Amino acid sequence: MKRDAATRTSARRREKVDASERLKLAEALLGSDDLATCAQHALDWLGRTLGVTRAVCLVGGADTVTVLRPVATLGIRERAVNGFALDLEAHNDPLVAATIGLGASVFGRNGRAVPTTPLGSERLIAVPLQGRHTLEEYPVGLLLIASTDADVEAEARRVASLLGPRLTSLRSAHRREANERRILRERTLLYNIINAVTDPILLTDTEGRITVANARAEALLSAGEDESEGRRRAIALNNMLFSSALTRRAIEGAEPWRHELLLVDPVDGSDLLFELLSTVTVDPREGTGIVSILRNVTDLRRATQEIEENYRKLRLAEADARAERDRLDLIIDSVADPILVTDSNANIVMMNAPAERLFTADLEAGAEARRTVQANDAHFSSFVSNLFFEPGAMRRSGSIALVDPRTGAPLPVEAISGKIVSEHGEVTAIVTILHDKTQELERDRLYEQLKEASSELERKVREATAELTRQNELLRRSHFEIEQASAAKSQFLANMSHEFRTPLNAILGYTSMLLKGVTGELTPHQRRNLERVDSNAHHLLAIINDILDISRIEAGKMPLTLTKFDLKDLVAEVLAEVEPIISRSRLAVTSHLAADVPPLKTDRQKVKQIVINFLTNAIKFTPQGSVEVRTEYVAARDQIVIAVADTGIGVSAEDRERIFEDFRQADNSPTREYTGAGLGLAICRRLAGMLDGNITLESETGRGSTFALFVPREVRRA
Amino acid sequence: MSPRRAAGGKDGQPAAEKPPLILIVDDFADNREMYTQFLEFSGFRVAEAQNGHEALDKAFDLQPDLIVMDLSLPGLDGWEATRRLKADGRTRTIPVIALTGHALAGHSKGAMDAGCDAFITKPCLPERLMEEIKSMLKA
Repeated sequence: MKRDAATRTSARRREKVDASERLKLAEALLGSDDLATCAQHALDWLGRTLGVTRAVCLVGGADTVTVLRPVATLGIRERAVNGFALDLEAHNDPLVAATIGLGASVFGRNGRAVPTTPLGSERLIAVPLQGRHTLEEYPVGLLLIASTDADVEAEARRVASLLGPRLTSLRSAHRREANERRILRERTLLYNIINAVTDPILLTDTEGRITVANARAEALLSAGEDESEGRRRAIALNNMLFSSALTRRAIEGAEPWRHELLLVDPVDGSDLLFELLSTVTVDPREGTGIVSILRNVTDLRRATQEIEENYRKLRLAEADARAERDRLDLIIDSVADPILVTDSNANIVMMNAPAERLFTADLEAGAEARRTVQANDAHFSSFVSNLFFEPGAMRRSGSIALVDPRTGAPLPVEAISGKIVSEHGEVTAIVTILHDKTQELERDRLYEQLKEASSELERKVREATAELTRQNELLRRSHFEIEQASAAKSQFLANMSHEFRTPLNAILGYTSMLLKGVTGELTPHQRRNLERVDSNAHHLLAIINDILDISRIEAGKMPLTLTKFDLKDLVAEVLAEVEPIISRSRLAVTSHLAADVPPLKTDRQKVKQIVINFLTNAIKFTPQGSVEVRTEYVAARDQIVIAVADTGIGVSAEDRERIFEDFRQADNSPTREYTGAGLGLAICRRLAGMLDGNITLESETGRGSTFALFVPREVRRA
Repeated sequence: MSPRRAAGGKDGQPAAEKPPLILIVDDFADNREMYTQFLEFSGFRVAEAQNGHEALDKAFDLQPDLIVMDLSLPGLDGWEATRRLKADGRTRTIPVIALTGHALAGHSKGAMDAGCDAFITKPCLPERLMEEIKSMLKA
């Protein structure tokens, strides 16, 4: 019914609004591209053609389609509509209910309450503005007209059917444009962001082709036309390296992976180490791609290496310090003297083993030892504190009377303390060395004793020296006396010799004359007796001569007469002299003289005397067999050897030394004509000594003897 | 003592020629006479002196052909006597044979220094003395 009424009304008004006006409206609406202008055209048309006085058009925003705001007004000030908005979600609002469907809602007729609007009238027609397809959830807008007139209502519905689709279309276009602008803005932003990242970022397709690259990545991986040859090569190399890094793992898994990648800086050619983070992105439209971020870790690696190096150095330094410390500990412990380090509160912070023995006591140690340690500590602390209270002093030394806790023996020590001062001049520690003075005191005591002993010794030496001087004086006197006695003895011997010789001369002379028949012929008996007198007289003379020789040698009165002579001549002379005895002996006396014997320089007479002695002895003690005189030169010792070997009775071992003594002779036969009173060998030995030589004897009883004289080729003494 | 003429000796020296006169100086009579006896026995004329002074007197007086001088003499000793003989023009040329019982070195040198022409150590057998005299006279 209601519908019919409306139709009728509309028919009635058909003549009031002709078709040309409607065409004009449609043209106006199509001619404006703006929502507000379109809406204003519609309102103005309503006001012109239907006499509508007040109206407002609400339209949903491009973004916020659920809130309708005024875009055009008729008959009211714009200010009055400012701030008005219709929230389509507020379902209780009667205006919202009016937006549903295509029909217009009329308020203020038939008692229907008029909702509050900017129109403020008691009549209101609300016509929803819908798009051509009413598929959209929300209407594009709402037309509010202050009127309840049915014609207006009908005409408003026609306007709405034109305006609704037009506004919807315009709004969609606006929304599309806004979207495109936003996307462009976001895209630009995204590029800016990516470019702002200092790490190269790339998007590659599955073939490794670069789809997107930021500026940093382009610098490394894409070459411009005007790049230098070197840079292009570097970039080509980088591309190769990058591709190979990617393809190696390729698209094996969806998991992001990390990989180290060494590239070349195309600008300066230096090596750049990157950490490559690649993630596979799967986009249904764009296909599978790989996003790679290259993080420059060159500096990081360098820093890491430096840190590692520093750490290593630190470790070494630490080890050194530890070794140094150990060594120091070892040194300090090896010092026999106690060493202590005290802090500024006089507390002991460090000590070596010898110090520990004085200043620490085990729990096992007795109470006595602990007391001793405490006492030691007290003495030591007081000594060290004194140094602390002397501001200027750096060192202090003094004596401390400590006690050895182990033995309880007093231990006097010399303490030397030194301050250890920090850079800021404050005393950080005090080092003290204790030196055991026991030994020193003992040494002093010993030194005193030694001094006493020394002075005692000195006194004794003085006494002894005085005694020696006295003895020397006595000796000197005694020596003088002996010399005098010796001289007297020599004089006596000389005199005696003379006294002996004078009567002997007469005896020998008369006997000789008698035997020569000076006083007439002798009977054989007389002659025999006289010969015995003669023989004994000669023997006596020989004895006297020997004694004289010995006394002369001993008195040093037998001078050496050095001459140079040939040994061959001497031997010949001796053999000739001894010839009478040789012929009587009927022995084979030979000589064997080495050819290389050089001439001698010595006392010829003494050598001769010795050789004669050897030879006469040999003949005398050799009943039968032979006697040989041998000479030899021992070049190594520059010595001459004259030996006389016989095949005689020999000398027994016990007699070998004895026969060289004075007056020693086994046989004291009176028949000898030459030297021999048992003094011969004794004299020979003395003579050999005078010539710096010696005499040897080799003998075997019953087989013979060899006497040898060894003399230097040249006697050195004057 | 005066020089005695030998009646003729073993040496068979011709009686016509005066045998050499030997002056024996020795203070020990036994020795002096022993030599005298032997020399006379051997054909020499012999004069004797007992000490140095007598030796000088006899030497100046007798002008002997040779003097045998014992060195150890009482009073004026043999060395001094020899020195004086050698210092005197009358006796300077007469050979002197020194004869001594001193065997110590120094005696012979002293004798030579004093002017002795030969030196003989006692004991000296008369034959040996005679040989020495003969060789001296020949020279």
